[in-house]
Amino acid sequence: MEFSILPLLVAIPLGAAFILPLFHRVKRSAKIADFVSIFSAGMLFVLTLSLFEDAREILWVGRWSPKSVVGISLYVDGLSRLLLLIINTVSLAVVLYSVQYMVRYTSRILYFSLFMLMVAGMNGVVITGDMFNLFVFLEIASIASYALVAFGCESEELEASFKYLILGSIASTFVLFGIGMLYNQTGFLNMAQLSEHFQTAGVSRLAVMAGCFFIVGFGLKGAMVPFHAWLPDAHPSAPAPISAMLSGVLIKALGIYALARLFLNVYPVSSAFGTIMMLLGAVSMLIGVLMAVGQWDFKRLLAYHSISQMGYVVLALGVGMGVLSRGGSTVVAGLALFGGLFHLFNHSAFKSLLFLSSGSIEYATGTRQLKEMGGLRKRMPVTGVCCRIASLSIAGIPPFNGFWSKWIIIIAAFLAGHPWLGALGVLVAFLTLVSFVKVQRYALDGELPERYRNVREVPAAMGLGMIILALICVAAGVLLLTPPLKSLIMEPARDALLKTSEYARLVLGG
Amino acid sequence: MPRELLPYFLAMVLLVIGLYAIVGKKNVVKIIIGVIIMEYAVNLFLVLIGYRSGGRAPIVTKTLNEDPQRLREFMQTAVDPLPQALILTSIVIGLATLILMIAIAIRVYEKYGTFDVSKIRKLRG
Amino acid sequence: MRGMSLIVKTVTRLVAEFITIFGIYIVLFGHLTPGGGFTGGVILSCGFILLTLAFGKDFSLHVLSKRAAGTWDSIGALAFLIVALVGYRVGSFFFNLWAEPATFKLASAGTIPISNIAIGVKVGAALFGGFMALAVFRRGARGGYEEDE
Repeated sequence: MEFSILPLLVAIPLGAAFILPLFHRVKRSAKIADFVSIFSAGMLFVLTLSLFEDAREILWVGRWSPKSVVGISLYVDGLSRLLLLIINTVSLAVVLYSVQYMVRYTSRILYFSLFMLMVAGMNGVVITGDMFNLFVFLEIASIASYALVAFGCESEELEASFKYLILGSIASTFVLFGIGMLYNQTGFLNMAQLSEHFQTAGVSRLAVMAGCFFIVGFGLKGAMVPFHAWLPDAHPSAPAPISAMLSGVLIKALGIYALARLFLNVYPVSSAFGTIMMLLGAVSMLIGVLMAVGQWDFKRLLAYHSISQMGYVVLALGVGMGVLSRGGSTVVAGLALFGGLFHLFNHSAFKSLLFLSSGSIEYATGTRQLKEMGGLRKRMPVTGVCCRIASLSIAGIPPFNGFWSKWIIIIAAFLAGHPWLGALGVLVAFLTLVSFVKVQRYALDGELPERYRNVREVPAAMGLGMIILALICVAAGVLLLTPPLKSLIMEPARDALLKTSEYARLVLGG
Repeated sequence: MPRELLPYFLAMVLLVIGLYAIVGKKNVVKIIIGVIIMEYAVNLFLVLIGYRSGGRAPIVTKTLNEDPQRLREFMQTAVDPLPQALILTSIVIGLATLILMIAIAIRVYEKYGTFDVSKIRKLRG
Repeated sequence: MRGMSLIVKTVTRLVAEFITIFGIYIVLFGHLTPGGGFTGGVILSCGFILLTLAFGKDFSLHVLSKRAAGTWDSIGALAFLIVALVGYRVGSFFFNLWAEPATFKLASAGTIPISNIAIGVKVGAALFGGFMALAVFRRGARGGYEEDE
């Protein structure tokens, strides 16, 4: 009897999401919501950690045989493990934070129910091995996030959620179109069988067009320029823990992971797609940071920086793809992929932390405008330290984690023969530094305005959530070279992508 | 125009019409209808790619089940049932998104007092 | 929401039970004929919506209150999840227990009819609840819930 814990990663949050609305009118509903959510998030985190013992795991749902077209497979390799770790750790920290922060909103039961749905969807996206199943989980997570962005029902939030909804629906439609085209061209829906088909029968032109549809669809979910228009409105308007989840995990799991899986494992590595990814990444980096420098709204600034940092990751993926498709050195390609994945990991840690600290500042002072803040670190020490750690990380100051990942990406770009891209990376890093020096000077240092003399530190649960993420920021930077981080988490992830088309053999033969 | 590309053309026409409605229209309700048209386009596409010409509906009847030879022939020539499962799921998802869109549109109307998208622009920059 | 004219009320009174039975038929025979959980659930909810349109919201809220719709929604979803997990304990996820090859009978195909019923309940309750929330309950400008006339 095979007992695999993979389905539990989806079943536990789904169960929590379905049980919670039953208590909607019960007296102590908020406390029940807190307890159930913390319990679920904690169990998910423990399950994810326990997954790291095995090399890889395949589960054919319902015991359908691998030879048939119909079965759905769940497949976890190094890349999925990395993303599972990111998703569940950030979810745990954000759940702890939300327990206190959402006191000001209505109905914590419904909030946590939607939150658990979103986590279930994201977990499902990274563990599935079937294209249509990917689409279904993508939609579950997306619809939950549309509703969560609108949770406060203020006019700004509704407008942002509406814009996000329309653009997200367009993206999902394009993705489904691509899936239909792939099925028409190849007759398979399973990612491994698709990969095998592409190796033996080649990639037809319509399958390439399907790839372009996927770039549009998943690029929109992952906020690449020119598909980024929803992000600067949606992320600031959402409640702070939701902004942290959206920016920290959702655009990664739904956008970047899907792009990486598709163009490195399913499709044979092609230089055309690599060039497209490099181009998208470079444009996102530049435009994101240029628009961020001029912002005075703290959360809007962070949202634009998300676009820019995701540009780094996509750029790294594109460089890796370019090198692999030319038959170049796997060491250089591996370096580029390692940098990109490590930056993914780091970004979720420090960007979520930044959004949570902006939420703490808003909780205490009621404002998001940088010009109105000042000297908050004197009154709010925990928030101040966490915000400073996160700002230094994203700006790329050694020895924090942001420095290492950006450095690796820039070096890989130079080694792969793209000096202009490397230079662009340096420029964008510099502008990011400028931007966050501004943030620190206005929010943390400087004079404390009169009306904020009496602000107090945030409650313990919120602080705990932030501290967890801050510890990860510090630890990832310092412990980069030691075994647990490098060989257990990052290297298998990079190898999973490097194996490109061997993915098919691993799933079907194993 | 080759026969196999016909589903693509038809679905593309609807997709572009839906996209035009989303991008070019100012009324929130018309934008929502544009999204619905795009979803219909994809569903239509999935239906069309499942079709095998001259095929029948993929339902196995009792008499058919008792004859293995005819059963095998039937399975080869009947219409492909896998896209039908995909379409059903896609319709459900479209319905859920539609309900959410309408709910948010109603609230937006209550907050802003208008259905005109160009006036619902508090966020900028 | 007031009701409609006498003709509509009479016809609805005759037809509503048939719609419900038809919906249940489509749900139950989902593994034999086209249909299944979702389509049967939509028909069931259409029956309730017809009642609302013809008789006014008070009548149908008496039949299935907003809170009951939400509860049945969650129960349907949980039942589906439990069916999936039960198969998981014994064999693999979604494993089809009791799948005896007694084709074309009603009591064949293992756990699929149970899943169909769960989905039918969930979809019926959810669509009815959604219709009520959108069309009947309106949030007033002051933020309280007002019931529309």
